[in-house]
Amino acid sequence: MSEELAIELVGIDKRFGPVHANKNIDLKVRKGSIHGIVGENGAGKSTLMSILYGFYHADGGEIRVDGKAVSIAGSQAAIALGIGMVHQHFMLVENFTVLENVILGAEGGPVLAGGVSRARAELKRLAADYDLKVDPDAVIGDLPVGLQQRVEILKALFRGADILILDEPTGVLTPAEADHLFRILRVLRDEGKTVLLITHKLREIMAATDHVSVMRRGEIVATRKTQKTSMGELAELMVGRRVLLEVAKGPATPGRPVLQVEGLTVRDGRGVDVVRDVSLEVRAGEIVGIAGVSGNGQSQLLEAIAGIRKVRSGSVTVDGTRIDLAATEVDAARMRRLGLAHVPEDRHRMGLVTRFPECENAILGYHHDPAYGRGAFLDYDAIRTAAREKIEKYDIRPPQCMLKTANFSGGNQQKIVLAREIERDPVILLVGQPTRGVDIGAIEFIHKRLVALRDAGKGVLLVSVELDEIRALADRVLVMFDGRVVGERAPETEDSELGLLMAGAAGQEAAE
Amino acid sequence: MTAGQLPRWADYILMPAINVAAAFIVSGLVVLLIGENPIEAVKVLVWGSLGWNEGIGFTLFYATNFIFTGLAVAIAFHAGLFNIGGEGQAYLGGLGVALACLALDRYVPWWVTLPFAVAGAAAFGAAWAFIPAVLQAKRGSHVVITTIMFNFIAASLMVYLLVNVMSKPGSMQPETRTFEDGGRLPLLQDVLPFTDFGSAPVNFSFLLALAACLFVWVLVWRTRLGYEIRTFGANQTAAVYAGISPVRITVVTMLISGGLAGMMAINEIMGSQHRLLIEFVSGYGFVGIAVALMGRAHPVGIVFAAILFGMLYQGGAELAFEMPAITRDMIVVIQGLVILFAGALEHMFRPALLRVFGVLSAPAGTPA
Repeated sequence: MSEELAIELVGIDKRFGPVHANKNIDLKVRKGSIHGIVGENGAGKSTLMSILYGFYHADGGEIRVDGKAVSIAGSQAAIALGIGMVHQHFMLVENFTVLENVILGAEGGPVLAGGVSRARAELKRLAADYDLKVDPDAVIGDLPVGLQQRVEILKALFRGADILILDEPTGVLTPAEADHLFRILRVLRDEGKTVLLITHKLREIMAATDHVSVMRRGEIVATRKTQKTSMGELAELMVGRRVLLEVAKGPATPGRPVLQVEGLTVRDGRGVDVVRDVSLEVRAGEIVGIAGVSGNGQSQLLEAIAGIRKVRSGSVTVDGTRIDLAATEVDAARMRRLGLAHVPEDRHRMGLVTRFPECENAILGYHHDPAYGRGAFLDYDAIRTAAREKIEKYDIRPPQCMLKTANFSGGNQQKIVLAREIERDPVILLVGQPTRGVDIGAIEFIHKRLVALRDAGKGVLLVSVELDEIRALADRVLVMFDGRVVGERAPETEDSELGLLMAGAAGQEAAE
Repeated sequence: MTAGQLPRWADYILMPAINVAAAFIVSGLVVLLIGENPIEAVKVLVWGSLGWNEGIGFTLFYATNFIFTGLAVAIAFHAGLFNIGGEGQAYLGGLGVALACLALDRYVPWWVTLPFAVAGAAAFGAAWAFIPAVLQAKRGSHVVITTIMFNFIAASLMVYLLVNVMSKPGSMQPETRTFEDGGRLPLLQDVLPFTDFGSAPVNFSFLLALAACLFVWVLVWRTRLGYEIRTFGANQTAAVYAGISPVRITVVTMLISGGLAGMMAINEIMGSQHRLLIEFVSGYGFVGIAVALMGRAHPVGIVFAAILFGMLYQGGAELAFEMPAITRDMIVVIQGLVILFAGALEHMFRPALLRVFGVLSAPAGTPA
């Protein structure tokens, strides 16, 4: 491996008002290597990459590309320097073809024809060189996400990128797709490209990178050769203390069924059945995990059970009370009264009103409770007292119940939602992506709480796209693909087998 | 994370003050342009509206209208709805007031008529908001479109009623007969001891407007319904998650909004005109939008914003009288500038102000 540096950052500093996002960052990335950057949410990874890609301008410090000091005023300048970026959320035009997306912004003149044929030839070469096969005439919207990501990479390479930045690239991929991505990255490296991989998943760092830098609170706290470090050490560096990566839990002692779902079918606004004839059961004292790649109907399933989403057919039985979801007018309030609590997947969009103070979010959905007021009126003394109790019990920081909820970190916001739902002592808790965008310290806490709830004899239905999380928490694993439950497995099942189920390879099983 | 926020006092007091100041500076330039002395003009405007008892009385009279229409817009804001039908709702509110007064004024004193008039104003105003509300809630027809169309329908309906049904027998005027004492509210100076507003029409409704402010504050920030309204306005998905019915909140909020707009007619019809006449709303419903924006949808802010617009109305009239070069239209220009800066350009000075506060608080501030 050459000792030449592709990127060198010297003393990069960036503030947003009172927030010091990047503190005096020094970073050296060797040419022809895969360099990982890990850190909790809010550690400053994205800010640093945005500076490198010209979205933000650093308050101080120097960027050197290939040894030369440069100033990067915008993404155009970054591209000119050979820096390409693959965003977490794809920047693709859904109803354009692969070819059209690749040349977008690099059409090479007002007349398309010439540019198009050149681009077609170039794509062919890139596909051959880097094992990046995509049909250039396929429409983006028809491609699975793994291929869409490949198009993003092609876009960057087409623009002559030598340095590729990937921001959390595996969030939307199956384990197999992620493995394929890492293979592509290794080919790119071997061809002399430099890859910067940003992630919060330690497993990926270990699997894919040559070097790894750990960020914590805006600083780079360590840079290691990947071979010479371990997940434990990296986790400790990220959090600044020792963390338990495994959840300690004993065997489940399932009791009576607390949630039964029968024949649930949900049709979305486009007229597509996104949940198809799903039946499942959760017993008291067990955690049932639903694994699956994001977008296979898990979200809609959870929302339908919670009474938020209209269904075509199907019924839900909560603690013995059966409700035909298609025939009766249900809402979330009614399901709550039956003892069903719900921690939604997206706390910003659904679980919280971020502009409210913390204490008002601590009653969301339970604001008709007699404990929080008399008659038509709310009693803010009672609300604040209840909020403070939860803040203490769940170690929500800062411990200020009048602070605007938007000002809490992701982990603490999630704790606000969890505290609200768990402290109602539900018979069944629905949880979607409980630790998405949550830092490691809080993940540990949230996992412990969910296991404690199970041990207290409650049922938990857990939806997560993090297979590790499902394995760590669930007593039984259901895999969803294309709106159906395609199989049930024990949590110890091999990654490869679960991965196949998640990718729909065993779709026939459901038809049995 | 804390970037993008101002301290509360700056948000609620400093921002509007800067906006108004900017509006006045630009207005001053316009005054200069037509060859008058802007300092002199400001003097006339302020003295005319606040410098003498009758001026204050007129200012408060206009402010009463603005408080009602401002509150109407504000409560809808809290639910994320933009009710720009205050004009029509207030017009119909006038019908409710007039019906109560015409029915009772000959038999009972004003304080017996008042509750019926209030109920009539609120009910007719609310009814006029009901159809747009249901169309929005059930059919998704945007209230901005429907309420503005209902303003036109209200105007036509009232002309029809006043010309064909309710006009005085034998009169060509499109107005009802004048109410007797039982349909007239007492002047504020007759209710409040030690006050004297000369011949200004400011009346008992001003107290009613302040009571409405208190009502709105309690409703929005201290009741379960208000909590639901604010939740719905801030995040509709979270509202559905919380089991709050979008249909119910949309309809209920629009009814309250329409009712408040309708109450404006108490001041004009029962408090001042003492008869129902054509086009008595004359833009108060629309200015309510600016009042609500400027008052940051908070009742206290709305009182101040309403008084400011009251000053512009009253002081503007004085200005047109004292400085003939500044016509009535000039006053409309100044009002327009205030609306522009307070409403449309509200966020123009925010980034700069944020930077100032960022610099001031950076050394002491701790990252959240």
